[in-house]
Amino acid sequence: MSGKRQTAITVNGVTENRAVEPRMHLIDYLREECGLTGAHAGCEHGVCGACTVRVDGDIVRGCLTLAVATDGRRVDTIEGLSDSGEIADLQQAFHEHNALQCGFCTPGMLMAAQDLVREMPDASREEIREYISGNYCRCTGYQAIVDAIEAVLKARKAKGAAPQALKVVK
Amino acid sequence: MKAPAFDYARPASLAEVFDLLEQHGDEAKLLAGGQTLMATLNMRLSQPGILIDITGLNEPALTGIRSDGGLLSIGALVRHREIERSEAVAAQVPLLAQAVPHVAHIAIRNAGTFGGSVAFADPAAEYPACLVALDATIVLVSRAGERKVAARDFFKALYETELRPSELVARGEIAVQKPGYRSVFMELARRHGDYAIVGIAAHGKVAGGVLSDVSLAYLGVGGIPVLARQAMAALEGQAYSTDLVGAAQRALAGDLDPAADLYSSGATKMHLARVLTGRALAALAEGA
Repeated sequence: MSGKRQTAITVNGVTENRAVEPRMHLIDYLREECGLTGAHAGCEHGVCGACTVRVDGDIVRGCLTLAVATDGRRVDTIEGLSDSGEIADLQQAFHEHNALQCGFCTPGMLMAAQDLVREMPDASREEIREYISGNYCRCTGYQAIVDAIEAVLKARKAKGAAPQALKVVK
Repeated sequence: MKAPAFDYARPASLAEVFDLLEQHGDEAKLLAGGQTLMATLNMRLSQPGILIDITGLNEPALTGIRSDGGLLSIGALVRHREIERSEAVAAQVPLLAQAVPHVAHIAIRNAGTFGGSVAFADPAAEYPACLVALDATIVLVSRAGERKVAARDFFKALYETELRPSELVARGEIAVQKPGYRSVFMELARRHGDYAIVGIAAHGKVAGGVLSDVSLAYLGVGGIPVLARQAMAALEGQAYSTDLVGAAQRALAGDLDPAADLYSSGATKMHLARVLTGRALAALAEGA
Protein backbone atom coordinates (compact mmCIF):
# COMPACT_ATOMS: atom_id res chain seq x y z
CA MET A 1 0.00 0.00 0.00
CA SER A 2 0.79 3.69 -0.15
CA GLY A 3 3.16 3.41 -3.09
CA LYS A 4 4.06 6.58 -4.93
CA ARG A 5 1.74 7.90 -7.61
CA GLN A 6 2.64 9.73 -10.74
CA THR A 7 1.22 13.26 -10.86
CA ALA A 8 1.21 16.10 -13.35
CA ILE A 9 0.52 19.30 -11.45
CA THR A 10 0.78 22.72 -13.07
CA VAL A 11 2.67 24.82 -10.55
CA ASN A 12 2.84 28.54 -11.33
CA GLY A 13 2.25 27.74 -14.99
CA VAL A 14 4.83 24.94 -15.32
CA THR A 15 3.70 21.31 -15.39
CA GLU A 16 5.60 19.26 -12.83
CA ASN A 17 5.70 15.50 -13.41
CA ARG A 18 6.53 13.88 -10.11
CA ALA A 19 5.82 10.66 -8.24
CA VAL A 20 4.50 11.46 -4.76
CA GLU A 21 3.27 9.47 -1.80
CA PRO A 22 -0.51 9.72 -1.28
CA ARG A 23 0.03 11.00 2.26
CA MET A 24 2.02 14.03 1.10
CA HIS A 25 0.26 17.34 1.65
CA LEU A 26 0.25 19.93 -1.09
CA ILE A 27 2.25 22.28 1.16
CA ASP A 28 5.03 19.71 1.61
CA TYR A 29 4.97 18.86 -2.08
CA LEU A 30 5.50 22.53 -2.93
CA ARG A 31 8.17 23.10 -0.32
CA GLU A 32 10.10 19.86 -0.48
CA GLU A 33 9.56 18.55 -4.01
CA CYS A 34 9.36 21.83 -5.90
CA GLY A 35 11.59 23.93 -3.65
CA LEU A 36 8.93 26.62 -3.35
CA THR A 37 9.28 27.64 0.29
CA GLY A 38 7.17 30.79 0.18
CA ALA A 39 4.05 29.13 1.56
CA HIS A 40 4.70 27.97 5.10
CA ALA A 41 3.66 24.88 7.05
CA GLY A 42 2.33 26.33 10.30
CA CYS A 43 -0.27 24.53 12.37
CA GLU A 44 -0.80 21.69 9.88
CA HIS A 45 -4.45 21.32 10.79
CA GLY A 46 -6.10 24.10 8.85
CA VAL A 47 -6.27 26.81 11.48
CA CYS A 48 -3.45 29.29 10.85
CA GLY A 49 -3.59 29.96 7.09
CA ALA A 50 0.21 30.18 6.61
CA CYS A 51 0.01 27.46 3.91
CA THR A 52 -2.61 29.25 1.78
CA VAL A 53 -2.16 28.58 -1.95
CA ARG A 54 -4.49 28.61 -4.95
CA VAL A 55 -5.86 25.49 -6.61
CA ASP A 56 -7.64 26.20 -9.91
CA GLY A 57 -7.88 29.85 -8.88
CA ASP A 58 -9.39 29.35 -5.41
CA ILE A 59 -7.44 29.79 -2.19
CA VAL A 60 -7.17 26.60 -0.13
CA ARG A 61 -5.21 25.19 2.79
CA GLY A 62 -2.04 23.51 1.57
CA CYS A 63 -1.99 21.39 4.72
CA LEU A 64 -5.52 20.04 4.22
CA THR A 65 -5.02 19.20 0.55
CA LEU A 66 -3.27 16.08 -0.73
CA ALA A 67 -0.80 16.64 -3.53
CA VAL A 68 -2.20 13.59 -5.39
CA ALA A 69 -5.65 15.17 -5.28
CA THR A 70 -4.35 18.13 -7.30
CA ASP A 71 -3.14 15.89 -10.14
CA GLY A 72 -4.10 17.55 -13.40
CA ARG A 73 -4.94 20.82 -11.71
CA ARG A 74 -3.33 24.24 -11.55
CA VAL A 75 -1.62 25.37 -8.35
CA ASP A 76 -0.40 28.92 -7.81
CA THR A 77 1.84 29.97 -4.96
CA ILE A 78 3.10 33.25 -3.58
CA GLU A 79 6.16 32.87 -5.84
CA GLY A 80 3.94 32.83 -8.93
CA LEU A 81 1.84 35.78 -7.82
CA SER A 82 4.94 37.72 -6.84
CA ASP A 83 6.87 37.04 -10.06
CA SER A 84 3.92 37.90 -12.29
CA GLY A 85 3.47 41.27 -10.58
CA GLU A 86 -0.13 40.42 -9.72
CA ILE A 87 0.31 41.45 -6.10
CA ALA A 88 3.04 44.06 -6.46
CA ASP A 89 0.80 46.78 -5.03
CA LEU A 90 -0.19 44.61 -2.06
CA GLN A 91 3.45 43.81 -1.32
CA GLN A 92 4.34 47.50 -1.50
CA ALA A 93 1.42 48.43 0.76
CA PHE A 94 2.36 45.76 3.34
CA HIS A 95 5.87 47.22 3.36
CA GLU A 96 4.69 50.82 3.68
CA HIS A 97 2.17 50.09 6.42
CA ASN A 98 4.49 47.84 8.46
CA ALA A 99 1.97 45.05 7.91
CA LEU A 100 4.55 42.38 8.71
CA GLN A 101 7.14 41.80 11.36
CA CYS A 102 8.49 38.24 11.42
CA GLY A 103 6.93 37.53 8.02
CA PHE A 104 5.84 33.94 8.69
CA CYS A 105 2.17 34.63 7.97
CA THR A 106 2.82 37.10 5.16
CA PRO A 107 2.73 34.78 2.10
CA GLY A 108 -0.59 33.27 3.22
CA MET A 109 -1.89 36.69 4.22
CA LEU A 110 -1.04 38.07 0.77
CA MET A 111 -2.79 35.13 -0.95
CA ALA A 112 -5.93 35.80 1.13
CA ALA A 113 -5.62 39.57 0.60
CA GLN A 114 -5.36 39.20 -3.17
CA ASP A 115 -8.41 36.90 -3.13
CA LEU A 116 -10.31 39.55 -1.20
CA VAL A 117 -9.25 42.36 -3.51
CA ARG A 118 -10.48 40.33 -6.50
CA GLU A 119 -13.74 39.21 -4.93
CA MET A 120 -14.80 42.18 -2.83
CA PRO A 121 -13.44 45.42 -4.27
CA ASP A 122 -15.80 47.40 -2.02
CA ALA A 123 -14.96 45.60 1.23
CA SER A 124 -15.26 47.59 4.45
CA ARG A 125 -12.66 47.31 7.23
CA GLU A 126 -15.00 44.92 8.99
CA GLU A 127 -15.29 42.77 5.87
CA ILE A 128 -11.51 42.81 5.44
CA ARG A 129 -11.15 41.53 9.00
CA GLU A 130 -13.67 38.79 8.35
CA TYR A 131 -12.00 37.77 5.10
CA ILE A 132 -8.56 37.40 6.66
CA SER A 133 -9.92 35.79 9.83
CA GLY A 134 -8.55 32.46 8.61
CA ASN A 135 -4.99 33.80 8.56
CA TYR A 136 -3.27 34.23 11.88
CA CYS A 137 -0.62 36.86 12.53
CA ARG A 138 1.05 36.76 15.94
CA CYS A 139 3.08 39.98 15.49
CA THR A 140 1.15 42.89 14.06
CA GLY A 141 -2.20 42.85 15.82
CA TYR A 142 -3.78 42.99 12.33
CA GLN A 143 -4.42 46.77 12.36
CA ALA A 144 -1.58 47.46 9.93
CA ILE A 145 -2.58 44.55 7.70
CA VAL A 146 -6.13 45.90 7.45
CA ASP A 147 -4.66 49.36 6.72
CA ALA A 148 -2.52 47.95 3.91
CA ILE A 149 -5.35 46.01 2.29
CA GLU A 150 -7.69 48.98 2.60
CA ALA A 151 -5.12 51.20 0.92
CA VAL A 152 -4.82 48.78 -2.01
CA LEU A 153 -8.60 48.52 -2.37
CA LYS A 154 -8.80 52.30 -2.61
CA ALA A 155 -5.86 52.56 -4.99
CA ARG A 156 -7.12 49.84 -7.34
CA LYS A 157 -10.54 51.44 -7.36
CA ALA A 158 -9.04 54.81 -8.20
CA LYS A 159 -7.35 53.18 -11.18
CA GLY A 160 -10.71 51.97 -12.43
CA ALA A 161 -12.00 48.42 -12.57
CA ALA A 162 -9.18 46.17 -11.48
CA PRO A 163 -8.06 43.92 -14.34
CA GLN A 164 -7.91 41.00 -11.89
CA ALA A 165 -11.62 41.25 -11.08
CA LEU A 166 -12.46 37.82 -12.48
CA LYS A 167 -15.44 36.88 -10.40
CA VAL A 168 -18.46 38.86 -9.42
CA VAL A 169 -19.93 38.35 -5.98
CA LYS A 170 -23.42 39.54 -5.56
CA MET B 1 1.57 16.46 12.36
CA LYS B 2 1.92 14.60 9.09
CA ALA B 3 -0.75 12.14 8.03
CA PRO B 4 0.05 8.44 8.40
CA ALA B 5 0.67 6.44 5.23
CA PHE B 6 -2.38 5.32 3.28
CA ASP B 7 -3.29 4.24 -0.20
CA TYR B 8 -5.32 6.49 -2.46
CA ALA B 9 -7.90 5.90 -5.16
CA ARG B 10 -9.82 8.39 -7.26
CA PRO B 11 -12.68 6.44 -8.83
CA ALA B 12 -14.59 7.90 -11.75
CA SER B 13 -17.91 6.18 -11.07
CA LEU B 14 -20.13 5.25 -8.14
CA ALA B 15 -19.83 1.57 -9.13
CA GLU B 16 -16.07 1.80 -8.58
CA VAL B 17 -16.65 3.48 -5.21
CA PHE B 18 -18.89 0.59 -4.12
CA ASP B 19 -16.28 -1.93 -5.34
CA LEU B 20 -13.60 -0.21 -3.29
CA LEU B 21 -15.81 0.04 -0.21
CA GLU B 22 -16.59 -3.68 -0.41
CA GLN B 23 -12.99 -4.59 -1.05
CA HIS B 24 -11.50 -2.54 1.79
CA GLY B 25 -14.29 -2.50 4.38
CA ASP B 26 -13.33 -0.68 7.57
CA GLU B 27 -9.92 0.21 6.15
CA ALA B 28 -11.50 2.62 3.67
CA LYS B 29 -12.45 6.24 4.27
CA LEU B 30 -14.21 8.47 1.79
CA LEU B 31 -12.39 11.71 0.99
CA ALA B 32 -14.29 14.68 -0.41
CA GLY B 33 -13.11 18.19 0.47
CA GLY B 34 -11.00 16.74 3.26
CA GLN B 35 -11.33 19.80 5.48
CA THR B 36 -12.19 17.68 8.50
CA LEU B 37 -10.70 14.34 7.48
CA MET B 38 -7.25 15.70 6.61
CA ALA B 39 -7.02 17.53 9.94
CA THR B 40 -7.91 14.34 11.84
CA LEU B 41 -5.35 12.37 9.79
CA ASN B 42 -2.68 15.00 10.44
CA MET B 43 -3.37 14.67 14.15
CA ARG B 44 -3.33 10.86 13.80
CA LEU B 45 -6.81 10.53 15.21
CA SER B 46 -7.60 8.15 12.39
CA GLN B 47 -5.45 5.74 10.40
CA PRO B 48 -7.31 4.43 7.33
CA GLY B 49 -5.66 2.01 4.91
CA ILE B 50 -7.07 3.75 1.87
CA LEU B 51 -8.70 7.06 1.03
CA ILE B 52 -11.32 6.93 -1.69
CA ASP B 53 -11.38 10.40 -3.22
CA ILE B 54 -14.91 10.96 -4.51
CA THR B 55 -14.33 14.46 -5.88
CA GLY B 56 -13.71 12.99 -9.34
CA LEU B 57 -17.24 11.63 -9.53
CA ASN B 58 -19.41 13.31 -12.08
CA GLU B 59 -22.65 11.74 -10.92
CA PRO B 60 -25.76 13.93 -11.12
CA ALA B 61 -27.02 12.30 -7.92
CA LEU B 62 -24.15 13.83 -5.92
CA THR B 63 -23.49 17.13 -7.67
CA GLY B 64 -25.09 20.49 -8.18
CA ILE B 65 -27.82 22.56 -6.60
CA ARG B 66 -31.25 21.93 -8.14
CA SER B 67 -34.74 23.15 -7.52
CA ASP B 68 -37.57 20.81 -8.40
CA GLY B 69 -41.12 20.39 -7.22
CA GLY B 70 -40.83 22.61 -4.15
CA LEU B 71 -37.59 20.96 -3.05
CA LEU B 72 -34.09 22.33 -3.22
CA SER B 73 -31.55 19.55 -3.63
CA ILE B 74 -27.91 20.08 -2.69
CA GLY B 75 -25.43 17.48 -3.90
CA ALA B 76 -22.94 15.98 -1.46
CA LEU B 77 -20.02 17.23 -3.53
CA VAL B 78 -21.23 20.85 -3.57
CA ARG B 79 -18.66 23.01 -1.84
CA HIS B 80 -19.56 25.46 0.93
CA ARG B 81 -18.52 28.39 -1.24
CA GLU B 82 -20.96 27.33 -3.97
CA ILE B 83 -23.77 27.31 -1.41
CA GLU B 84 -22.63 30.72 -0.21
CA ARG B 85 -22.75 32.09 -3.76
CA SER B 86 -25.97 30.35 -4.81
CA GLU B 87 -28.88 32.64 -5.54
CA ALA B 88 -31.22 29.65 -5.41
CA VAL B 89 -30.12 28.82 -1.85
CA ALA B 90 -30.41 32.46 -0.76
CA ALA B 91 -33.93 32.75 -2.19
CA GLN B 92 -35.31 29.31 -1.40
CA VAL B 93 -33.54 28.12 1.76
CA PRO B 94 -32.38 31.33 3.43
CA LEU B 95 -31.56 29.50 6.68
CA LEU B 96 -28.72 27.66 4.96
CA ALA B 97 -27.52 30.85 3.25
CA GLN B 98 -27.31 32.53 6.66
CA ALA B 99 -25.42 29.59 8.14
CA VAL B 100 -22.70 29.17 5.51
CA PRO B 101 -20.59 32.24 6.38
CA HIS B 102 -20.16 30.70 9.83
CA VAL B 103 -18.47 27.61 8.37
CA ALA B 104 -14.75 28.10 9.08
CA HIS B 105 -12.97 30.42 6.62
CA ILE B 106 -13.07 31.10 2.89
CA ALA B 107 -10.03 28.94 2.07
CA ILE B 108 -11.78 26.06 3.83
CA ARG B 109 -15.18 26.82 2.31
CA ASN B 110 -13.54 26.59 -1.13
CA ALA B 111 -12.75 22.92 -0.49
CA GLY B 112 -15.15 21.52 2.13
CA THR B 113 -18.36 19.92 0.93
CA PHE B 114 -22.00 19.76 1.97
CA GLY B 115 -21.95 15.96 2.10
CA GLY B 116 -18.78 15.89 4.15
CA SER B 117 -20.28 18.12 6.80
CA VAL B 118 -23.44 15.98 6.94
CA ALA B 119 -21.57 12.66 7.02
CA PHE B 120 -19.02 13.75 9.61
CA ALA B 121 -21.87 15.07 11.79
CA ASP B 122 -19.84 17.29 14.09
CA PRO B 123 -22.13 18.39 16.93
CA ALA B 124 -21.03 22.00 16.41
CA ALA B 125 -21.46 21.94 12.61
CA GLU B 126 -23.93 24.31 11.00
CA TYR B 127 -25.65 22.26 8.28
CA PRO B 128 -26.86 19.41 10.50
CA ALA B 129 -28.73 21.84 12.77
CA CYS B 130 -30.23 23.62 9.75
CA LEU B 131 -31.35 20.33 8.22
CA VAL B 132 -32.95 19.26 11.50
CA ALA B 133 -34.69 22.63 11.92
CA LEU B 134 -36.02 22.46 8.35
CA ASP B 135 -37.07 18.80 8.66
CA ALA B 136 -35.00 18.08 5.56
CA THR B 137 -34.31 14.69 4.00
CA ILE B 138 -30.90 13.14 3.54
CA VAL B 139 -30.55 10.88 0.54
CA LEU B 140 -28.09 8.01 0.88
CA VAL B 141 -26.85 5.88 -1.98
CA SER B 142 -25.43 2.36 -2.09
CA ARG B 143 -25.20 -0.32 -4.75
CA ALA B 144 -28.75 -1.28 -3.81
CA GLY B 145 -29.97 2.19 -4.78
CA GLU B 146 -31.04 5.24 -2.87
CA ARG B 147 -32.79 5.49 0.46
CA LYS B 148 -34.09 8.59 2.15
CA VAL B 149 -33.73 9.36 5.82
CA ALA B 150 -35.25 12.31 7.66
CA ALA B 151 -32.51 14.57 9.02
CA ARG B 152 -34.28 14.34 12.37
CA ASP B 153 -33.53 10.58 12.38
CA PHE B 154 -30.16 10.69 10.62
CA PHE B 155 -28.06 12.08 13.47
CA LYS B 156 -28.04 9.43 16.20
CA ALA B 157 -25.23 10.15 18.65
CA LEU B 158 -21.85 11.87 18.75
CA TYR B 159 -20.34 11.29 15.25
CA GLU B 160 -22.87 8.49 14.78
CA THR B 161 -25.36 8.59 11.94
CA GLU B 162 -27.71 6.37 9.94
CA LEU B 163 -25.01 6.05 7.28
CA ARG B 164 -24.02 2.40 6.69
CA PRO B 165 -20.49 1.38 5.70
CA SER B 166 -21.68 0.57 2.17
CA GLU B 167 -23.35 3.97 1.69
CA LEU B 168 -22.50 7.52 0.70
CA VAL B 169 -24.40 10.69 1.40
CA ALA B 170 -25.76 11.63 -2.04
CA ARG B 171 -27.55 14.88 -1.31
CA GLY B 172 -29.87 16.81 0.93
CA GLU B 173 -33.43 17.64 -0.04
CA ILE B 174 -34.90 20.71 1.62
CA ALA B 175 -38.40 22.12 1.23
CA VAL B 176 -38.36 25.58 -0.31
CA GLN B 177 -39.30 28.19 2.30
CA LYS B 178 -43.03 28.91 2.14
CA PRO B 179 -44.54 32.41 1.99
CA GLY B 180 -44.93 33.94 5.45
CA TYR B 181 -42.06 31.90 6.87
CA ARG B 182 -38.78 33.33 8.08
CA SER B 183 -35.39 31.90 8.98
CA VAL B 184 -32.69 32.97 11.41
CA PHE B 185 -29.30 31.39 11.99
CA MET B 186 -27.01 32.64 14.75
CA GLU B 187 -24.04 31.27 16.60
CA LEU B 188 -21.57 32.33 19.24
CA ALA B 189 -17.90 31.53 18.77
CA ARG B 190 -14.80 32.83 20.49
CA ARG B 191 -13.25 33.84 17.18
CA HIS B 192 -14.69 34.07 13.69
CA GLY B 193 -14.61 30.66 12.04
CA ASP B 194 -14.11 28.69 15.24
CA TYR B 195 -16.43 25.88 16.16
CA ALA B 196 -19.51 27.38 17.75
CA ILE B 197 -19.94 27.35 21.52
CA VAL B 198 -23.67 27.36 20.88
CA GLY B 199 -25.71 28.06 17.78
CA ILE B 200 -29.36 28.18 16.78
CA ALA B 201 -31.21 27.46 13.56
CA ALA B 202 -34.71 28.91 13.73
CA HIS B 203 -37.49 28.72 11.17
CA GLY B 204 -41.18 29.47 11.41
CA LYS B 205 -44.24 31.33 10.27
CA VAL B 206 -44.89 34.89 11.38
CA ALA B 207 -48.27 36.48 10.66
CA GLY B 208 -49.34 39.70 12.36
CA GLY B 209 -46.79 39.12 15.10
CA VAL B 210 -48.10 35.62 15.82
CA LEU B 211 -45.61 32.76 15.65
CA SER B 212 -46.56 29.32 14.42
CA ASP B 213 -44.91 26.17 13.16
CA VAL B 214 -41.63 27.40 14.66
CA SER B 215 -38.72 24.98 14.80
CA LEU B 216 -35.64 25.66 16.86
CA ALA B 217 -32.56 23.44 16.45
CA TYR B 218 -29.42 23.98 18.52
CA LEU B 219 -25.82 23.11 17.74
CA GLY B 220 -22.97 22.72 20.19
CA VAL B 221 -25.24 21.65 23.03
CA GLY B 222 -24.99 17.87 22.78
CA GLY B 223 -23.77 14.98 20.66
CA ILE B 224 -26.18 15.83 17.85
CA PRO B 225 -28.29 18.82 16.79
CA VAL B 226 -31.09 19.18 19.31
CA LEU B 227 -34.65 20.08 18.37
CA ALA B 228 -36.17 22.07 21.25
CA ARG B 229 -39.68 20.61 21.18
CA GLN B 230 -40.85 22.08 24.49
CA ALA B 231 -39.74 25.59 23.60
CA MET B 232 -41.34 25.14 20.19
CA ALA B 233 -44.62 24.09 21.82
CA ALA B 234 -44.51 27.13 24.10
CA LEU B 235 -44.34 29.39 21.05
CA GLU B 236 -47.08 27.78 18.96
CA GLY B 237 -49.83 30.22 18.04
CA GLN B 238 -48.59 32.91 20.43
CA ALA B 239 -48.00 36.58 19.72
CA TYR B 240 -44.38 37.61 20.03
CA SER B 241 -43.63 39.43 23.29
CA THR B 242 -40.87 39.53 25.86
CA ASP B 243 -43.04 37.34 28.08
CA LEU B 244 -43.30 34.77 25.33
CA VAL B 245 -39.53 34.81 24.85
CA GLY B 246 -39.16 34.24 28.61
CA ALA B 247 -41.53 31.29 28.41
CA ALA B 248 -39.56 29.73 25.56
CA GLN B 249 -36.29 30.32 27.39
CA ARG B 250 -37.65 28.62 30.50
CA ALA B 251 -39.02 25.72 28.45
CA LEU B 252 -35.51 25.08 27.11
CA ALA B 253 -34.73 23.52 30.49
CA GLY B 254 -36.71 20.51 29.30
CA ASP B 255 -35.02 20.41 25.89
CA LEU B 256 -31.34 21.04 26.43
CA ASP B 257 -28.86 19.60 28.88
CA PRO B 258 -25.53 20.75 27.46
CA ALA B 259 -22.35 19.14 28.71
CA ALA B 260 -19.24 21.25 29.28
CA ASP B 261 -16.63 21.48 26.54
CA LEU B 262 -13.01 22.58 26.92
CA TYR B 263 -13.94 26.23 27.32
CA SER B 264 -17.51 26.51 28.56
CA SER B 265 -19.41 24.86 31.38
CA GLY B 266 -22.79 23.30 30.76
CA ALA B 267 -24.40 26.18 32.67
CA THR B 268 -22.67 28.73 30.45
CA LYS B 269 -23.85 26.93 27.33
CA MET B 270 -27.39 26.80 28.68
CA HIS B 271 -27.26 30.53 29.41
CA LEU B 272 -25.91 31.28 25.95
CA ALA B 273 -28.55 29.06 24.33
CA ARG B 274 -31.21 31.16 26.06
CA VAL B 275 -29.53 34.39 25.00
CA LEU B 276 -29.45 33.21 21.38
CA THR B 277 -33.07 32.08 21.64
CA GLY B 278 -34.09 35.60 22.63
CA ARG B 279 -32.13 37.16 19.81
CA ALA B 280 -33.33 34.65 17.23
CA LEU B 281 -36.99 35.02 18.18
CA ALA B 282 -36.69 38.80 18.05
CA ALA B 283 -35.13 38.57 14.59
CA LEU B 284 -37.79 36.08 13.49
CA ALA B 285 -40.64 38.30 14.74
CA GLU B 286 -39.25 41.54 13.40
CA GLY B 287 -37.95 40.14 10.11
CA ALA B 288 -34.53 41.11 8.93
